[in-house]
Amino acid sequence: MSARMPLGYRLPAMHETISKPSVGLTTGPMRSEPPIVRIRPSHGWAALHLRDLWEYRELLYFFVWRDVKVRYKQTVLGAAWAILQPFLTMLVFSLFFGRLAEVPSDGIPYPLFSYAALVPWMFFSNGLQQAASGMVSNANLLKKIYFPRLTLPISRVLAGGVDFALAFVVLLGMMVYYGTWPTINVIWLPALLLLALVTALGVGLWLAAMSVQFRDVGFTVPFIAQFWMFATPVAYSSSMLGEPWRTLYGLNPMVGVVEGFRWALLGAETAPGPIIAVSSAVALSLLVSGAYYFKRLEKTFADVV
Amino acid sequence: MSASAIRVDSLGKRYFIGSANAPSDSVRDVIVNTVAKPVRRAVQLLRGRATAAADLTEAFWALRDVSFDVGHGEVVGIVGRNGAGKSTLLKILSRITEPDEGGADIHGRVGSLLEVGTGFHPELTGRENIFLNGAIMGMRRAEIERKFGEIVEFSEVARFIDTPVKHYSSGMYLRLAFAVAAHLEPEIMLVDEVLAVGDAQFQRKCLGKMGSVAREQGRTILFVSHNMAAVTQLCQRAVWLADGCVKRIGPATQVVSEYLQAGTTGHATWMNPAPPAAGLEVQFTSAQVLDTAGRPTLLTDFDRPFKIDVNYKVLMPTRDLALCCQVLDTQGNLVFETIDTDRPELRGQVREVGTYRAQVEVAAPLLKPGRYNVTLVSFIEHIKIIQRHEGVLTFDVSEVGYKLNPGRMGIVAPVLNWEYGRAN
Repeated sequence: MSARMPLGYRLPAMHETISKPSVGLTTGPMRSEPPIVRIRPSHGWAALHLRDLWEYRELLYFFVWRDVKVRYKQTVLGAAWAILQPFLTMLVFSLFFGRLAEVPSDGIPYPLFSYAALVPWMFFSNGLQQAASGMVSNANLLKKIYFPRLTLPISRVLAGGVDFALAFVVLLGMMVYYGTWPTINVIWLPALLLLALVTALGVGLWLAAMSVQFRDVGFTVPFIAQFWMFATPVAYSSSMLGEPWRTLYGLNPMVGVVEGFRWALLGAETAPGPIIAVSSAVALSLLVSGAYYFKRLEKTFADVV
Repeated sequence: MSASAIRVDSLGKRYFIGSANAPSDSVRDVIVNTVAKPVRRAVQLLRGRATAAADLTEAFWALRDVSFDVGHGEVVGIVGRNGAGKSTLLKILSRITEPDEGGADIHGRVGSLLEVGTGFHPELTGRENIFLNGAIMGMRRAEIERKFGEIVEFSEVARFIDTPVKHYSSGMYLRLAFAVAAHLEPEIMLVDEVLAVGDAQFQRKCLGKMGSVAREQGRTILFVSHNMAAVTQLCQRAVWLADGCVKRIGPATQVVSEYLQAGTTGHATWMNPAPPAAGLEVQFTSAQVLDTAGRPTLLTDFDRPFKIDVNYKVLMPTRDLALCCQVLDTQGNLVFETIDTDRPELRGQVREVGTYRAQVEVAAPLLKPGRYNVTLVSFIEHIKIIQRHEGVLTFDVSEVGYKLNPGRMGIVAPVLNWEYGRAN
C-alpha cells in the first residue's frame, strides 16, 4: 500500500483509529487567533504577501506532489521520459554538433559535455513551460477557491525537481563511464540549480500572468524555450567568445547555470565567476519583477481566465 | 471579538460586457475583425489599458451597494434569481475575486464551498484526492489525517478509496467531494448550491450535516440556494438579492415567502395558451392553486389545506374520461396523484360537451415544506392519454406550522394520530 501514498508521510489506513491530539482543534498556527480578513478594492501595485504563501505551504507541497504523481500517468514508459528527453537530445546533439560539425567542447567528451548542460537546461525549460501554463490549466481552481495564486507556478517549477534528479543520476553514470570525477566545486551545484529555478520561476511568473488574459502566450512559450536554448551554450561552449562579451553573455542567466554545471561537475577550465554574478543579478530581478507583475494582475485572474 | 462575523459594507462589483451592437456574422466582418482586433488591442495596451476590458466597453454592475451584517454563529441564507449577484457576493467574500467598491470585514477563518470536488484530479485515487482537496480547501494535513476515517465513512465509497476517481460514478464522485467539504472546520462557511448534488437521500444527509454543524458547533454560515425549503430550515435570516442590490433582509421564513410571491407570479395561475384543437376529447383551459379563502396563492402553510382548481372544456361527449393532478417535488419525485374519477359517481359516465370547473382539496398536514409542481393529465380509462401538461403550477409549502424534526424522512409528512396507553 505504501506505494500509493503521498511522498514523505503515511496516510491512516481505513481500519486504523486515529488518535486524537490532546489539545483538540485549536492547534496549529492558523487556529491560534481568528484572523480578520479585510476585503477592499486594491489599486496599482500590490504587496506580495509572502506570509500568506507561508501559511499555505502545505498546499504548495500537495500541488508539487500532485504534479509529480500525475505527470507520467497513463504513459507506457512512465518516469523513463524524464531520462529519455535529455538523453535522446544528447544523442542527436552528439551526432550533429559533436561528430559532423565538430563543435569544440573544452576538452570534454562531447556527449558528456552536452548532457551535463541538458540536465539543468531541461529542468529550466520544463519548469518555465509548466509555470507559464499553470494558470490556464488550473482555471477551474482559480474560479472556485481562494489560495495564494503564487503557489501554482512555484509548485509547477518545483515538481520538475524529480525529473531533474532522475536525469542527474544518468549524468553521474555517464561520468563514471567516461572516467570523469567531479571537482570540489561540486558544492556549488545546489546554488546553480537554485539559479535555474529562480530564472524559470521569474520568467514563468511573467508568462503565467499574461497567459491568463492572452492565450497567445501558450503558443509563444515553446518558441521562447527553443530560441533560448540556442542562445545558451548547451550544444557549444561559451569559451568561443572572448571577454568582455563572455561576461555580458551572462545576461542570459542560463549561461551561468550551464557553464557552472560543466565547471563544477566536469572540471571545465572555464570558471564562470563573473558570468554567475551577472546571471544571478538578472535572475533575481526577473523573479522580483515577475512576482510583482503576477501579483498586480492576480486580482483579475478569476474574472478573466 | 467584534459582534459580527461578516460585515459587508456597500460592496460593488463591476464586470465589463461586450457591446451588443456588433455581431460579426459575415465572412468579411470576421476577416476584418481578425486583422483589426490585435491592432486595436495593442493600441489600448500601449495606452495602459491592459485590462480584460480592452474590447469590452459596457460596464455592468453585478453587485452594487450591498451591505449587511452576519453575527457569530448565525446562519444566513441568500436568495434571489439567477444573475442577481449571489455567487458574485460569495466569490468576493471568499477572496476569489476583488470588489470594485466598498468592502467587507470577515472575522475568522473562511471556508468556501462554491463547488464541491474542485481540484479533484481524475488520475488520483479517492484517498489521494481527499488529501489534495482538503489541502486546497485550506485544511491542515494533520486535520485531514484526523478526520480521514470520518470522511470516508460519510462518503460511502470506502470500497473504492484506492481506485482512481476517474473510474467513479458521478454520484460516488460527488459524495466523496461533499464528504471532504462537509468536514471543513472554518469559523465561517460560505456555501453555494452544494445541496444540488447527488440523489435525494444523500442531499438529505448533507442538509442534516449542515444543520448539525450550524447548531452544535455554532458555525457562521452564509448559504446560497434555490432550495427554499433548505433556506427556511437552516437559516435564521435571509438576504434577498435582486439585480445586484439587497431587496430585503429579515427572518428567513418571511423573506423567502416574499421572494416566492414576487418571484413566481407566472405560476400562480396557468392559462392554456393553445387554442381549442380539433380531435381532442377534452382540453384544459386553466388551473390555479387556491388557499382556504379561495384566493390564488403560491405559498401555503404546512398545516393549512389548499385547493387545486382546474378548468376544462369537453369538446366531444366522452365516456370514461378522467382528469388527473400529479404533484411532484423539485427532485421530480411524484409525491401523489389524484384523479377526479376517485369520486365514484363519475366512473363509467359519459361527460357531455361543455365547460367544467373542478377543485380538489389537498389535506394538511401532508406535504413537507418545500417547492412542488403540478402536472395535469387527461386520459380515458384503460384507453389512452389525451393530453399532458407538465409542471403548469408551482407552489411552495412553508415552514409555518411545521413542528416536526427537520430531518424527518419520507416524501410526505402526514401528522398521524397516535394512540397510546398502558398495555395490561
